[in-house]
Amino acid sequence: MSALRQIAAVSAINIRSLPQRIGTSSVVVIGIAGVVAVLISVLAMSTGFIKTLQRTGPEHRAIVVRTGSSAEIVSVLTNDAALTIANAPGIKKDRDGRPLVSPETLLIVNLKKKDGDDATAPFRGFTQDGFAVHPEIRMISGRAFRPGLTEMIVGKSAQRLYSGLDVGAQVKLRGATWIVVGVFDGSGSSHDSELIADKQTLNSAYQRGNGEQSVWVVLDSQRGFQAFKDAITTNPQLQVDVSTEEEFTAQQSSVISTILKIVAYVVGGIMAIGAIFGALNTMYAAVSTRSREIATLRAIGFGPAPVVISVFVEALLLALIGGAIGALIAWVLFNGYSVNSAGGGFGGQLIFDLAVTPALVGLGITWACVIGLIGGLFPAIRAARLPVATALRAV
Amino acid sequence: MKYFMLIWAGLWRKKTRTVLTMLSIVVAFLLFGLLQGINQGIKAGLGDTSNNRLWTTNRMSAINSIPVSLMDRMMTVKGVRNVAHLSFFGGYFQDAKNAIPAFATNIDKLAIIYPELNITQAQVAAMKATRPGALIGRPLAKKYGWKVGDKIPLGTTIWTNNDGSNNWAFDIVGIFDPLPGSHGNPLASAFWINYDYWDEARQFDKHRIHQFFVQVDDPAHSAVIAAQIDKLTENSFDETRTQTENAALQSRLKQFADINFIANAIVGAVMFTLLFLTANTMMQSVRERIPELAVLKTVGFTGAKVSVLVLIESLMLCLFAAVVGLILSAGAIKIVGSVLGPATLLPIVVIFGLVIAVALAIVSGLPPAMRAQRLNIVDALAGR
Repeated sequence: MSALRQIAAVSAINIRSLPQRIGTSSVVVIGIAGVVAVLISVLAMSTGFIKTLQRTGPEHRAIVVRTGSSAEIVSVLTNDAALTIANAPGIKKDRDGRPLVSPETLLIVNLKKKDGDDATAPFRGFTQDGFAVHPEIRMISGRAFRPGLTEMIVGKSAQRLYSGLDVGAQVKLRGATWIVVGVFDGSGSSHDSELIADKQTLNSAYQRGNGEQSVWVVLDSQRGFQAFKDAITTNPQLQVDVSTEEEFTAQQSSVISTILKIVAYVVGGIMAIGAIFGALNTMYAAVSTRSREIATLRAIGFGPAPVVISVFVEALLLALIGGAIGALIAWVLFNGYSVNSAGGGFGGQLIFDLAVTPALVGLGITWACVIGLIGGLFPAIRAARLPVATALRAV
Repeated sequence: MKYFMLIWAGLWRKKTRTVLTMLSIVVAFLLFGLLQGINQGIKAGLGDTSNNRLWTTNRMSAINSIPVSLMDRMMTVKGVRNVAHLSFFGGYFQDAKNAIPAFATNIDKLAIIYPELNITQAQVAAMKATRPGALIGRPLAKKYGWKVGDKIPLGTTIWTNNDGSNNWAFDIVGIFDPLPGSHGNPLASAFWINYDYWDEARQFDKHRIHQFFVQVDDPAHSAVIAAQIDKLTENSFDETRTQTENAALQSRLKQFADINFIANAIVGAVMFTLLFLTANTMMQSVRERIPELAVLKTVGFTGAKVSVLVLIESLMLCLFAAVVGLILSAGAIKIVGSVLGPATLLPIVVIFGLVIAVALAIVSGLPPAMRAQRLNIVDALAGR
């Protein structure tokens, strides 16, 4: 019991004397804040990217592309294939008993961003059934496109990024002039980055015949997937790959998110090493300015353990403050910050928001504590080994 | 110079602190060199490419195809010397995860337009003689251990052949050794196959390719020639966009612009954080030695001399650590470069790094140096 009281007493003295050492202590705080802010920001990019690509609808869905196609955009399916797929088992039916199937065309078009740069946007075509298969697409202004007309609807992120996509605007693309008739909310999915129009109209504007890139189906249950997949993949007329939406999107986002993770851990790791040196310096300085005080404590009967632990407590406290500041900086600056980038097997630009999640904040604080502990370790040992007599004599 | 020992002794007055401070500066410059080296290295790779090449792609996007027949019409444009073309094969080896940069081309023209690939006439002749032949870059051959004579099965994510399968096989007829300096170029580690063979064997989108490489007689005429090439297809369904190679590469990089911006912001944050650490520690180190500086003044050093001594000490520390950090980053870039491609530590990055080191030394050394100069001997000796 007395050991605990000693620890508490020494730690309290330490912490109360912190304001006197504000200059050197700020080194630990700012160093760790920098590490945590960078780590969390880069990982927030990766998390946001994954979140957007993997935001799936409320229903179990499957996507069918041609064998070996790693992305919708490089897949080609014939109309016959789409009809065969629609008749497969395991597909959920709507109230009229029709299967919930959406054959979709996807191409990419050049648009001007609001800052004047060229960028490529994905342009999707589906039939009216597409809305039933993708209930996450909801109109927020204007109305849906009508079949047979060169009308398009635009995702809310796309509308923010590109110029000239307001409702009523005309968009001149190759082969046709499209009229923007509505803006939709894709519920945070990658559809928010897209333009969508009637599939037949899109195909004829781009002279694409009757084919499509992919077929999306709603499954009647999670178990329906196996029946559906078996029926499709054993059909010799079809050369297609079937995946659940989750599998498909996970594979789409893996490359970019892996790159971002490597960047975060390599840059964050190197920075952390720098911050450890800074923390060591500060804690050594703290121990040496208090060496007489520590020696006095030892002389009047305090054991080495309370001294060691008090140094740790101080380092940990500073690290926690630094970690919290770093997480706060990342959250204030970047949470919800919208960026766009190519990649993800998506074809055009994907627009996504950075996401600073509680898990990331937890990771950042953990890193902060580890840096603080390592930074406190060697100075704590030195404090414990301080020869009492010499230290007391030192001026 | 005669004060060197004095400065040296001051520097090592507290060994642990000096070493730790130095290490954090080393880390800061390691990161600086690494991130800037990659960033600038990629940009320099862009500026390096010769400008007598134009790239023609589908105006809609680079992954849409254009008719190969355009080639003959392009040759009629004044100033066009040679035209080669490229089509994406979307190849992979054994597993879709092992993507192989395989392209179909007319190899004879490609060899002329890209002399840095170092494709010999004998290799071109071998390709002509073997229809399912493939010519591969040394880096790719090394990676998979492929040799001339090997038959390589490739899957493709795009093309089905006449058998209805997407499994193809090619015979390696040659391995070319790209000239030094072009190793970062993706074309240098490509898997080239014969367009004629591939076009006959595939099921759809026949007679269409993805990109033309146009060699012009004079880079000064590039803009005019590009406009004339695009005029050939104006108002047709296959409108083209022709850009110089540089412009095309740059606009592709711009697609990643936002991520680039954030990466730069990170470098800023890293440098600020680590430099703050260092400056703070160095100021503290001088502060502790105020009585010693007072002694120096007592024995006759002028205020100016003492402040110069303090500044030189901080310069030595910063410059030495910065040089070590930059050397380490050069090593790190080599490792990264072998994975990422074009990344080198350019002299400009080194110079910029040294300038930052000097600035750091002045920022962290100047306030204590000024203080040392204005030092009141009596007060300082009394520890006030």
